[in-house]
Amino acid sequence: MTITEPYKNPSEQFHALGDDIHDAKAPKGPIEKRWDDHKFNAKLVNPANRRKISVLVVGTGLAGASAAATLGEAGYHVKSFCYQDSPRRAHSIAAQGGINAAKNYRNDGDSIYRLFYDTVKGGDFRARESNVYRLAQVSVNIIDQCVAQGVPFAREYGGLLDNRSFGGVQVSRTFYARGQTGQQLLIGAYQALERQIAAGTVEMNTRHEMLELIMVDDRARGIVVRDMVTGEIETHTADAVVLASGGYGNVFFLSTNAMGCNTTATWRAHRKGAYFANPCYTQIHPTCIPVSGDYQSKLTLMSESLRNDGRIWVPEKMNDERLASEIPEDERDYYLERIYPAFGNLVPRDIASRAAKYQCDAGKGVGPGGLGVYLDFADAIERLGRPAVEAKYGNLFDMYAQITGEDPYTEPMRIYPAVHYTMGGLWVDYDLQSNLTGLFVAGEANFSEHGANRLGASALMQGLADGYFVLPYTLANYLADGPFEKVDDSHAAVVEARQAVEERITTLLAINGTRTVDSYHKELGQIMWDYCGMERTEEGLTKAIGMIRDLKVDFWANVKVTGVNEELNQTLERAGRVADFFELGELMCIDALNRRESCGGHFRAESQTEDGEALRHDDEFAYVSAWEYGDKQPTLHKEPLEYEYVEMKSRSYK
Amino acid sequence: MNITVRVWRQKNADDKGKMVTYGVENVSEHMSFLEMLDVLNEQLTLSGDDPIAFDHDCREGICGACGVVINGQAHGPQTTTTCQLHMRSFEDGAVIDIEPWRAGAFPVVKDLVVDRGAFDRIIQAGGFISAPTGSAPEANNLPVPKEDADHAFESATCIGCGACVAACPNGSGMLFTAAKITHLGLLPQGQPERDSRVIGMIEQHDHEGFGGCTNIGECTSSCPKGIPLDTISRLNRDLLGALAKGKA
Repeated sequence: MTITEPYKNPSEQFHALGDDIHDAKAPKGPIEKRWDDHKFNAKLVNPANRRKISVLVVGTGLAGASAAATLGEAGYHVKSFCYQDSPRRAHSIAAQGGINAAKNYRNDGDSIYRLFYDTVKGGDFRARESNVYRLAQVSVNIIDQCVAQGVPFAREYGGLLDNRSFGGVQVSRTFYARGQTGQQLLIGAYQALERQIAAGTVEMNTRHEMLELIMVDDRARGIVVRDMVTGEIETHTADAVVLASGGYGNVFFLSTNAMGCNTTATWRAHRKGAYFANPCYTQIHPTCIPVSGDYQSKLTLMSESLRNDGRIWVPEKMNDERLASEIPEDERDYYLERIYPAFGNLVPRDIASRAAKYQCDAGKGVGPGGLGVYLDFADAIERLGRPAVEAKYGNLFDMYAQITGEDPYTEPMRIYPAVHYTMGGLWVDYDLQSNLTGLFVAGEANFSEHGANRLGASALMQGLADGYFVLPYTLANYLADGPFEKVDDSHAAVVEARQAVEERITTLLAINGTRTVDSYHKELGQIMWDYCGMERTEEGLTKAIGMIRDLKVDFWANVKVTGVNEELNQTLERAGRVADFFELGELMCIDALNRRESCGGHFRAESQTEDGEALRHDDEFAYVSAWEYGDKQPTLHKEPLEYEYVEMKSRSYK
Repeated sequence: MNITVRVWRQKNADDKGKMVTYGVENVSEHMSFLEMLDVLNEQLTLSGDDPIAFDHDCREGICGACGVVINGQAHGPQTTTTCQLHMRSFEDGAVIDIEPWRAGAFPVVKDLVVDRGAFDRIIQAGGFISAPTGSAPEANNLPVPKEDADHAFESATCIGCGACVAACPNGSGMLFTAAKITHLGLLPQGQPERDSRVIGMIEQHDHEGFGGCTNIGECTSSCPKGIPLDTISRLNRDLLGALAKGKA
């Protein structure tokens, strides 16, 4: 079904329409020269002045740690914050696959232009060309930088760097360190950060959570944080604020994110005026270990490479209770091979995920709750022999066995999709500056380079690009006008921000209701998963908005937060995060409702081809949705996207 | 299954602390150990008690945040992180003791949460290669023999959880320190700072109050990433070499 008739978008009952955004500050001219020209035209800060200038960096993942280390080294006075007990634990550490770079070491036709092209196309034409081109350009510097730091990338016997191919591209440009690339890159950035801490240029604040942004005279000038050990509410002011606080996948409660990942830093900034862009773009990964019970706290991803040799199937009969081994070949439905004969089990992530959902919705799912499909290696073991399968996938099989207690060499694995990455985030311009002057946003926390869908091995690239090579230039351009007038703790804006935080904590602790924080979070997550997950509809999203609003009211009336503020209080920490997830979840549904097209990680059932493929509407929706916070309702600002270099095409995998 | 847990409860660093017994019913064998604690915490919250504080984050064995002593063993009966331990490793009716890491250099913050900031300070004392952003040469200008790169990688997989310290009768942080010395010392990029690194890190290690290594090997047998004991031999060799050159 296609939408042809223009009519008032039903999302408009939930939001207002604001002015379009016409200037994202991207330079003009040939795309290859834009970043160089921009750097040349940027203002510089005299090294002697840098130590008089201070920057706050929230988050110590790839983007935050690399930014703090680089800015500290450049001579700025940096304060860094993370909620974990050490900056080394940020969730970038869990990335498995690798990092893309246009080195063309394989002589297979890769180039900056090709990486740019693949990323724009992979993002389903919802990212900015200028930004993506810059990302591809600096990708090559990232590898050099990481090798110099001692990141132990995989190497060939000749001692040179090894590459593999990843995620539906035709070149080998992914650098990796076994299945722990994120860990190794983060440890590299962490060590660079610790070196600056030792040098006294960076002041590290672990177990500190940002709870408010401080705006003074229309500039971001500070943050309010809570010392998570003592409960002390602290204010920190500076000349600029960088948020590198990660994505918001935990709005679904169950995701592959770490338990502590949250939206509070970005959401608090949003409430202070920063636009939140494309919140509905969520990436759902098809090969995760399914939920085993209602106590489940998180989901574990297994590398997609498993789909190279595993065959995905479900029983033909509904609610078939037989063991997989008891189901004869002719009573199995290898549905991906049947529906997509050309790509079979290797269709893109979103198609594989949705297909699994449809099978389970039809009552053919396997395992607890019928929420799983088989990923079977029996044929591969017969064809290649067990040793070959072990050599290729041994660590993944071990991980599966460890978590499920089942032996995937004898019984097929069960897999189910899970939320993995969020492409949306705070709106930023080409300088990674939000619409709030002085507030910069990097890594997964911003919305920019991945469009509606992120390609494999691109998240690590973007985090490090932002922190090592983009922010140090664009932030300098801003700071060249500083240092700004000093803001002390008695300033009205600082006092107000601190009071807002204290009042919120007091309110949460005073409710003393009957339901736990986690029970609300789980219920919110289920609503998001059911209505704003793999497939979204107008009816479902409208319903979800109502449900979230009701649940939020109930939360503020009935949640039970034990203990006091003046101690390590993990319940209080979670309560604050869940409270913000309610508001973000509602905005995600409104954004999804507005976007009456399917693109990348956003699939609207009303907008698909006859074959069930995602159908974009470039005439109507080739824009970034930038949402402005409002007490009553949000306002949508559209930033039109133009493609001068890559022709907009639709994809097909049949 | 139904189990009993005896958990170390300590309100803050100044509190004396004690073991408290709780029953947990209807535990599924598929639950992770931390999910069992989640269930217990939901019970405690609803009955108005203070839930048990414990560190955890990724719950997939890589961030290194989690770690408790289970029945006297760091991370429990299997060689893995606490988050990757599942209740199927225990019998129905089991009584399980749960304590924080015990080491002078890791003071208890609350309940099962300890302060491992000493590890960060050891890294600050030299656990890096000085490579200012932007100064790096082209990556393939410096080939690294695959064997060395692989060996360096294995040492670099340390997650900084602190199990080695908790397991060591001396409370030594030598395996953690040695893993970093080995990772960076095996790479050509790491050579210029090799001597100053080992001296700085060992000085900091001792300053933090970690004990010395007496080759007991509990560290490596409890390490979820299998960092081998011979990394400590390498550390000793590097240290002797550096001292012999008068670099101290």
